[in-house]
Amino acid sequence: MKILMKGNEAICEAAIRAGCVGFFGYPITPQNEVPEYMSTKMAESGGTFVQAESEVAAINMVYGASAAGARVMTSSSSPGIALKQEGISYLAAADLPCLIVSVSRSGPGLAGILPSQSDYFQATKGGGNGDYYMPVFAPNSVQEATDFVQKSFEVAERYRTPVMVLIDGLLGQMMEPVEFSAPNIPQFDKSWAVGPRNGRERNIRNSLDLSPESLEQTNIRRFKRYDEIIANETRVESTVQDGDEVVVVAYGTSARIAVNAIEELGAAGIKAGLIRPITLWPFPNAAFQNLPASVKHVVVVELSQGQMVFDVKLAVAGKLPVHFYGRNGGMIFESPEIAREVTKIVRGE
Amino acid sequence: MGKVVYEKSAGLTDSPMSYCPGCLHGTIHKLVAESLVELGVLDRSVLVASVGCSVVAYQFYNCDAVQAAHGRAPAVATGIKRVSPESIVFTYQGDGDLAAIGTSEIIHAAHRGENITVIFVNNAIYGMTGGQMAPTTLITQKTSTSPKGRVENQAGLPMKVSEMMAQIPSSYYIERVSAHNVPNILKTKKAITKAFRNQIDGKGFSMVEILSTCPIGWHVTPVEATKFVESAMVPYFPLGVYKDEGEVRS
Repeated sequence: MKILMKGNEAICEAAIRAGCVGFFGYPITPQNEVPEYMSTKMAESGGTFVQAESEVAAINMVYGASAAGARVMTSSSSPGIALKQEGISYLAAADLPCLIVSVSRSGPGLAGILPSQSDYFQATKGGGNGDYYMPVFAPNSVQEATDFVQKSFEVAERYRTPVMVLIDGLLGQMMEPVEFSAPNIPQFDKSWAVGPRNGRERNIRNSLDLSPESLEQTNIRRFKRYDEIIANETRVESTVQDGDEVVVVAYGTSARIAVNAIEELGAAGIKAGLIRPITLWPFPNAAFQNLPASVKHVVVVELSQGQMVFDVKLAVAGKLPVHFYGRNGGMIFESPEIAREVTKIVRGE
Repeated sequence: MGKVVYEKSAGLTDSPMSYCPGCLHGTIHKLVAESLVELGVLDRSVLVASVGCSVVAYQFYNCDAVQAAHGRAPAVATGIKRVSPESIVFTYQGDGDLAAIGTSEIIHAAHRGENITVIFVNNAIYGMTGGQMAPTTLITQKTSTSPKGRVENQAGLPMKVSEMMAQIPSSYYIERVSAHNVPNILKTKKAITKAFRNQIDGKGFSMVEILSTCPIGWHVTPVEATKFVESAMVPYFPLGVYKDEGEVRS
């Protein structure tokens, strides 16, 4: 049965149905419906809700609760995610799973509260210290957001890593029909968790390692897990087919607008295909290999001054010209605007 | 066969301690470990280690442990205790960690009345990083970042943490003790045990502030260090119970 729900609230409902037992958050627009929903529903489901004193405290509560073996999450928006970066680095370093929902707004600084995609770097390149990555899912609908919230817990626990679901304020605030699947998350081994021992060896969750020999090996082991994530969890949607002369690349909200732009281009006689990265890390590089010979241009459209475009350039590896079109600050392009820009590029104007 | 009259606490591992000669972390670790054993909760205790000299405390306590980012131990402890209420959760924090970078986390953990135990070791200096000025460094006390001595009009007066924590409506038990001589070590043990007993009984937030030494950072001998605690620290940081809701409510 489909229910009409706001993105932010559907995310919460999906998390609770996926067995999330702890939410630690802090108010910031445009994600406030998340802690608000959780304050009631998490308690009703027998879980833990804490409104922390800061985003910093919230992510460290997640760190502690995850170390104790609980399936937990936090949410925030751009400046708040910036504050969580230290904690995300520690979670990655201590091999602790959790979900971080990022409902991005415009930046930099306090900036504005309207939707933006200027936190692609923040999500995929991290602001925490050290050699680490974090899987990032970028849904383009409320339905996908709920599906990926549930998938995120599985990925987080399977590979013992923090995972982010990145949406923007538009998807967070938008209401859409959503159907909750019955989540079937396997029971992963959590014999590493701290808590009552009942005779077992003691467990230590830690990121400190003052031995360079040991630390190097620990980091290499983590990167072997990253290799598995790249091999198993990379997701992309591609409509590119032989005859397309241009490939439009977009994720999340932008991808939905780009779909309409591609239809409009088709009606005007320009054949275009869409590559929609669904995981932003790992980035779906393979989707850019072996493009049809008909493709002459790649156009990246983002609600930013251009961030994902750099990953696209790496994936294309100089084989095709990569162009960019974006709006920022909370300004959102409409499909004719994208179609017009793509047309100019194709016609060499 | 002789009778065993004293032995190392089962609450401590066999790992050699990395602390400097004359440092009181070892003594305080022993008191905490003994309390956990005597209260019968060692096998369900979780240490939250902080950043500072005791960053590696997880090597010495014979219980589960989580190592926290600088200042965040009370938030980490909150997360553990909320999802695992049967665990006996304690933070072990120095004055740089708790009284500077971690003031927000410690104040709000107390404000929420988290049912955790905080062991706060105040030696008036950043020891681990080489003896820099802390919020608790005394006026005229020389450190590597106050080479001419702490000056009030530049750094303000030293922070009185127990006095501050006692003002928080939801804190349950706040006591300042000292580990610089035997009578005070015995009082410290009592306070630590009480702070854990409170958690076992579900009473809420307990913090024991323990005055301690840093002979290396202070550039004095261990004996001179204990004398400095007695003559300089205790007068500014008076010992005693600052708050005990158990006394008030009984």
